[in-house]
Amino acid sequence: MSSEEASMTNTTQTPEQETPPQGAISDFGIDTTSQSTGEAVRDYWARVRGGELGSLPALLGLIVLLIVFSSLSDTFFTLGNLANLLQQGASITIIAMGLVFVLLLGEIDLSAGTASGVTASVMALHLIHNGNLLGGMGDTVFYVFCGLLVLAIVLAVLMKIWAGAALSLIALLIAVIGIPANAWLEMLLAVCVGAAIGCVTGFLVAKVGIPSFVVTLALFLVWGGVVLQLIGQGGTLGLRDDTIFNVANGNLNFVGSWVLFIVAVGGYAAVVLTRHFSRLRKGLVAQPTSLVLAKIGALAVLAAVITYALSLNRAPSNLIVIQGVPYVVPLVLVLLVVGTFVLDRTSYGRHVYAVGGNKEAARRAGINVERIRMSVFVIASSAAAIGAIVYSSKVGSVDPNAGAGNTLLLSVGAAVIGGTSLFGGKGRLRDAVIGGAVLAIIQNGMGLLKQPAAVVFIVTGLVLLLAASVDALSRRRAATAAR
Amino acid sequence: MSEPILELRGINKSFGPVHVLHDIDLTVNPGEVTALVGDNGAGKSTLVKCIAGIHPTDSGEVLFEGQPTHIKGPRDAAELGIEVVYQDLALADNLDIVQNMFLGRERTKGGLLDETDMEQAARKTLASLSVRTVKSVRTQVSSLSGGQRQTVAIAKAVLWNSKVVLLDEPTAALGVAQTRQVLDLVRRLAEQGLGVVLISHNMNDVFEVADKIACLYLGRMAAVVGSKDVTHGQVVELITAGRSGDLGIARPEAATI
Repeated sequence: MSSEEASMTNTTQTPEQETPPQGAISDFGIDTTSQSTGEAVRDYWARVRGGELGSLPALLGLIVLLIVFSSLSDTFFTLGNLANLLQQGASITIIAMGLVFVLLLGEIDLSAGTASGVTASVMALHLIHNGNLLGGMGDTVFYVFCGLLVLAIVLAVLMKIWAGAALSLIALLIAVIGIPANAWLEMLLAVCVGAAIGCVTGFLVAKVGIPSFVVTLALFLVWGGVVLQLIGQGGTLGLRDDTIFNVANGNLNFVGSWVLFIVAVGGYAAVVLTRHFSRLRKGLVAQPTSLVLAKIGALAVLAAVITYALSLNRAPSNLIVIQGVPYVVPLVLVLLVVGTFVLDRTSYGRHVYAVGGNKEAARRAGINVERIRMSVFVIASSAAAIGAIVYSSKVGSVDPNAGAGNTLLLSVGAAVIGGTSLFGGKGRLRDAVIGGAVLAIIQNGMGLLKQPAAVVFIVTGLVLLLAASVDALSRRRAATAAR
Repeated sequence: MSEPILELRGINKSFGPVHVLHDIDLTVNPGEVTALVGDNGAGKSTLVKCIAGIHPTDSGEVLFEGQPTHIKGPRDAAELGIEVVYQDLALADNLDIVQNMFLGRERTKGGLLDETDMEQAARKTLASLSVRTVKSVRTQVSSLSGGQRQTVAIAKAVLWNSKVVLLDEPTAALGVAQTRQVLDLVRRLAEQGLGVVLISHNMNDVFEVADKIACLYLGRMAAVVGSKDVTHGQVVELITAGRSGDLGIARPEAATI
């Protein structure tokens, strides 16, 4: 490739050409010199003023909320409550992370909540009936269930979404073979069922061409009904299993907490510094080294403080000891890192952004738009299944309302509050985490202040409205600032 | 000039009962700008779409580098090295210049995007085209002007080592200075040895950059003339009436019945 480029560059040196190409490269001077800290800060400020807010409003909101609730409530800023906060917010955050993929295409998945309820019910049924889903569901329901899994496999293969097909196949095998209950197997089953649901949703949206709003609105009702059917009116499926219980309620031990700290901060520093110095080496524009180091340092200090606080004993009584970083923290971190990696560093992620930005341009560039559109629904539903595992684990049971109510709305809210655009093409996974934190703090803090549910709902709704307005206004600003 | 890089012989195309292209012959030489002019509905865009593989042709031959080829779809055209820059730009607003230039053909290293390599290649290509208006190759396309966008779309074609570039009204929506930039760029494409086909309505643009003018009149190739051999008025007559003096389609009354 490089030799071809070199020859191409040479051909431009015709007599009519006044400036040789090497001279022209210096025209990108701004790209080749490294910025000073002041320039980098000014650059960032200019982007913010231009309407590229990112997650800045959500971060500011987060800080304001922390200050307000700490001053109003004595119990808010206690270790026990902070850990509780993380565990409460985790499931919403995880579902929101999956939804970010869908929102990036400018689509919506209203069925993610009740779909997560379906995965939770299947998981609980498998556990309670010791792997005998046929007995747990009854003949007809079981055969329909298996038929849907087969359908999902066929659709995924048709669209060449191999991961979706493989996960659906695993779900089918687990269901048919009837392996005895095992917590890990149940959780795998939940994720696989989630993927299968996503294959069906995605196919209807991408290939059949029904607007995602309608498809997922219909499926929202369907899956709600399925949950009722699987659990039975008024019934509750208890999840009596230590492993599943620990997902949302357990903590890493002292050593584990600090190992997590070292791995997370060390990994972040390694990735950021490697990229930074490789850019500097190749003479590409990079942020000033001091700023990069300051960022890493700030993150390390913050993480250390949190890890230290969480590794103290936070039990309300002297009889027991509760300490360590909750398991949901590494879970969310891993999903965040993997998802961000996929979006930022792989062709697939690039194509997701491209389809979200300009579908026609993506098609002309040779991207299989339908496949991308279907795949995001598979990701969203799989993530919703992980969220379902967490919220079922938190309460220790699955009831007919699992995933219904405001699970979905809060998840979409989390993604949007964090700065993901509803218009598509703009958003990052960390938006979901920040937005999830904002919502968790509102719910938790208002609860501690003994506010009635009515007020909590109204405040949550207003915050979402505010976030959506910020999105729409910053978009308008970006459009006018463009030319 | 060397042998033509793209040669069309007797291309016919109908949409149902409407015969849009009649026996079109056209040769595109490397290093030359061929302007394709004609009134609205003369078949310019259809011809371009036939070459790009978007529409299949009914009959006729397409020779690429002297070899007969069958272009069945846009991918075939792209593989041959035929690149089309569309009127409505095919760029994603939310991506930056580098990301757009490599869209659909990202360079990867070990399964991951090789950002630095792509950025360097994009910069080199823009520099080779003497594009000076873009401050940074990491600028988001949404913040570029119309001319800059057009520049990026054209540079994309160069980056992918195309041999023939078809430009569908690249200056239609641009201001004076921006038109200037794009026309300079079109000229440089030809200087790099590419075959360039430029569709335009603007006679000034055509006379400024084209070596050869092909006039379509109601789906027929009225005349292919050297831009230095004709006047402005003659080309306008060719476009509006299909003939100008000795040039163009013979008068109907002269044709034997």
